[in-house]
Amino acid sequence: MRRREFFRKSIGAGMAAGAALSFGSYGKLLGSETPASAKYDLVAIMGGTPEAMFDLGIQELGGMEAFVKKGQKVIVKPNIGWDVVPELAANTNPGLVKRIVEHCFKAGAKEVYVFDHTCDNWVNTYKNSGIEKAAKSAGAKVVPANSENYYQAVSIPGAVKLKSVKVHQLLLEADVFINVPILKDHNSTRMTCCLKNMMGVVWDRGYWHANNLHQCIADYGLYEKKPSLNIVDCYNVMVKHGPQGVSKEDVVQMKSQIITTDWVAGDAAAARMLGVEPERIDYIPIAHKMGLGNMMLDTLNIKRIKM
Amino acid sequence: MTSSFLRKFRILFSALILICFIIVFADFKSLVPAKYIDYLLIPQFVPSILSFVSLKSLAASGFIFVLLLTLLTGRTYCSFLCPLGIGQDLFSRIGGRIRKKFRRYGYKKPHTILRYSILAVTLAVTLIWGIYMLTLLDPYSIFGRFMTYFGKPAVLGLNNFVSGIFGKFGNYSVPHVPVRGFQLAAYTIPVFFFLLVGTLSFIKGRLYCNMVCPVGTFLGLISKVSLLRIKINEKTCTRCGRCAVRCKSSCIDFLHYDVDVTRCVDCFNCIQICPEKAISYGVLNANNQSEPVTEDAGKRKFISQVILLLFGFSRLAKSQDKETAPHPSKMSTVKENKTYPVCPPGAGSLESFNKKCTACSLCITACPNHVLQPAVKEYGLIGFMQPVMDYHKSFCTYNCNVCTEVCPTDALKPLLLDAKKLTQIGKVVFIKDNCIVKTEKTACGACSESCPTKAVYMVPYEGNLVIPETNQDICIGCGHCEYACPTKPYKAIFVDGNPVHAAAKKPEVKESEITSPTEFPF
Repeated sequence: MRRREFFRKSIGAGMAAGAALSFGSYGKLLGSETPASAKYDLVAIMGGTPEAMFDLGIQELGGMEAFVKKGQKVIVKPNIGWDVVPELAANTNPGLVKRIVEHCFKAGAKEVYVFDHTCDNWVNTYKNSGIEKAAKSAGAKVVPANSENYYQAVSIPGAVKLKSVKVHQLLLEADVFINVPILKDHNSTRMTCCLKNMMGVVWDRGYWHANNLHQCIADYGLYEKKPSLNIVDCYNVMVKHGPQGVSKEDVVQMKSQIITTDWVAGDAAAARMLGVEPERIDYIPIAHKMGLGNMMLDTLNIKRIKM
Repeated sequence: MTSSFLRKFRILFSALILICFIIVFADFKSLVPAKYIDYLLIPQFVPSILSFVSLKSLAASGFIFVLLLTLLTGRTYCSFLCPLGIGQDLFSRIGGRIRKKFRRYGYKKPHTILRYSILAVTLAVTLIWGIYMLTLLDPYSIFGRFMTYFGKPAVLGLNNFVSGIFGKFGNYSVPHVPVRGFQLAAYTIPVFFFLLVGTLSFIKGRLYCNMVCPVGTFLGLISKVSLLRIKINEKTCTRCGRCAVRCKSSCIDFLHYDVDVTRCVDCFNCIQICPEKAISYGVLNANNQSEPVTEDAGKRKFISQVILLLFGFSRLAKSQDKETAPHPSKMSTVKENKTYPVCPPGAGSLESFNKKCTACSLCITACPNHVLQPAVKEYGLIGFMQPVMDYHKSFCTYNCNVCTEVCPTDALKPLLLDAKKLTQIGKVVFIKDNCIVKTEKTACGACSESCPTKAVYMVPYEGNLVIPETNQDICIGCGHCEYACPTKPYKAIFVDGNPVHAAAKKPEVKESEITSPTEFPF
């Protein structure tokens, strides 16, 4: 019932004529990748360690088994953008990445891959973020994304600006794609979270910057290989000087986490965590209107857990 | 000593040294810690002298060790420590193998006028005008450039070949590393010297060392009074001439039982080949014969041919850079106006850097971000091939000080990481008229996003848009903003070099207004 209501409302929110085309792919996403057992659109947890919050939160969505089937090839895509230590919260919490990988294997995954197209030197960034070590210790394969050789061009039907893009080849091969962004302030888009984390699976980010960044971020959401799960790390949150940060003073401990199958909803909730209304972050309403998800938080079935 | 042990020891030792040098220069994964690189470079003659002159401290005394070694043993430096010399031995050996029949060198007269002229000109130019000749002729720097311009790309090519095969099987354990070329003009001198040194050693053994190399000539002069040297026992020698045929330096005049110590590099091949054990290495017993002064044999024709070859080759060399830059719909219109090039951290100032760097290119190959590129016109003639920060190719990683740690000539002084993070090598300049936010009226912020100190930050512009603003006081000139800026052909933000490096102010630290939540805000 909820689902239908949601559809009605997002259509009611005013879809652009061209977005009707893209609606089809969104429907496909929900039909094929969201498990029937999910009772909630979004689960928010507060008060525990990143690992404990994930353990609890994923149960509410039917456990990792609802998303990862036996023998599948899984991508876990954290934000590993900057060559800084974990305390500065410019990259996803390594403990959380490790726990997610463990859940994937427990659910029967054959292989779990972790990568990001880093902004700083990739070798140092993988190392100093702590993510390489953490993910490897859980059995994941941490692979490079530093060379154009690893990317393949795909087209995005229905996109306004980003009609074609080079994505990491693993994206084409994987069965399941799990998005693990960290919530951060961002100097130009005001916030980086679920949708913007996709700038780490493409080769040419400069194109996005040069061709209406907000539109490109939303456009990418139309690409068929969507994350079946978005896990937003809000444990330590960079509230200014983002996305790279300068010092510890830029970070506030929020001890929270958002888990959702709807990345627009995830971004909307995350924006509120930063004290910004979702409408103020241009790509969120654009993505909403394109039918990529629902930014109207009060229409969603949200499970809130305090630990 | 007449034992063949000397030769075996020489081969083993020099092979180890050469392997170490190759590893250091081809180390694209930055596996070798800088301090070990320093140990390897201490006895390099020219870098050590330059470092000594700069530091005025006995800490950089490798060249004194070399001088003492030469006084004691002759030109062992050339066979044991000089990577270019050892590399030539390797080339000669390959040359000998390919030209199947036994390699015959034989005694040749020395190129006395040529070699002493080169030494004199090198000294004069270095003392009066600057580092030009040392940059060209320092054997260590020549070797460094060979490795950086040709050796490392070859190793990367091999790596990428293996990576490609692994990749076919879905194995990512050997990461692909893009091979990046330099500006074409920067290749001219390395290519010329590679052809010159390569061909000479392939055919004529150590002729380059005894005809061109100023270090070889200089150490040869000192060898005239060295304690230990190769000598021929006139009583047992049968004048069979095998030693002369085997001598890479063509310096054994067996008919007169004479060895030209100014050219002998102590390779000990003659000791091993002598069937009568008439040749030994030891203290000389007086009556040293004076060497005959001869005219330089005309190799001009050969050199002119090499120059011709160079032109052919340089046309073939192509930059491997792919055009991957983004493409905004409008072209930027305002040209970046750099007053000064940006020289690497630790340089102190353009002037002192240009004076001390011999363009060995070790920093260029050690730089994990490939931001250091050989200069062509940036510094003028004196700085040809010296490293310059090229922010269109890459940017300087905030958490890195490798270049300052490896420099053997003290052209780049060691900087601790914390000091490097506050060393301002240039200052950011914003060109609003090129900026996407102004020209396209869309959000961008790539520059500010990349800035590690937030010297570039965003301020409200029209509507919901924000546009960059800069604070030069806290800018360190890393160039990440310039690299990230997507405008073409001119960037909307660039770093103008500081002719004298300055201290940047520490970024301001303020507590944030947002506090830890206790309730969900949704």
